[in-house]
Amino acid sequence: MSEIKNFLYLNRRAPYGTIYAWESLEVVLIGAAFDQKVDLFFVDDGVYQLTKGQDTAGIGMKNFSATYRTLGDYGVRHMYVDRQSLESRGLTQNDLIQVAWEDFETDEQVDNIVEVIEADQASEVLGAADVVFSF
Amino acid sequence: MSDLHTVNKSPFDKNSLDTCLRFAQAGSSILLIEDGVYGAVKGTVAEAKIRDALAKHKVYAMAPDLRARGMTEDRVIEGVGLVDYAGFVDLVESNDKVQAWL
Repeated sequence: MSEIKNFLYLNRRAPYGTIYAWESLEVVLIGAAFDQKVDLFFVDDGVYQLTKGQDTAGIGMKNFSATYRTLGDYGVRHMYVDRQSLESRGLTQNDLIQVAWEDFETDEQVDNIVEVIEADQASEVLGAADVVFSF
Repeated sequence: MSDLHTVNKSPFDKNSLDTCLRFAQAGSSILLIEDGVYGAVKGTVAEAKIRDALAKHKVYAMAPDLRARGMTEDRVIEGVGLVDYAGFVDLVESNDKVQAWL
């Protein structure tokens, strides 16, 4: 029997300009399908991945913004956002999408797993992870 | 006639905008495209760079790139012009050459 590990996906790139954000999302979905414990952390330009109201019709690229909102259903429990990265970009939590989470076995529900955190908590999250995937 | 400078990198990730602004001649035009459009948004730590640039340059941002990233028009720094792809072509056509800062 394989042990369950804590996977943390560290996202530091903006969406669309490079492939990093999209690739990270693909790997998150794969990891979640294997029943691992999956958390995400958005830092630096990575916070742009979660902005509301993305409309890619004018640039001819797939809008993968909506996929983040389904991550709660794939078992992702935490989507942490670095407060300093948000603030230095003129953004607040109100500018970000909300992602709901529900445990279908216990009916436990969380309205929004997108959580803005301070650097000291982020250090703990990074330290507690068994594996960190960097994008 | 003068040059059109394009910047396609986020000002928080790369120094492409800084280097562009350091070398672009007064009177030349600067067009922010792709991840470069984040530089056109108000309230960021890069806003002062664009406000300073507006004194010497015409500054534009690609509206489709802003919309793709969820950055609405009301977030764009006053004085920055918004263009679409046809506007991009007009800028290319009306300048001597295009200098890309990657």
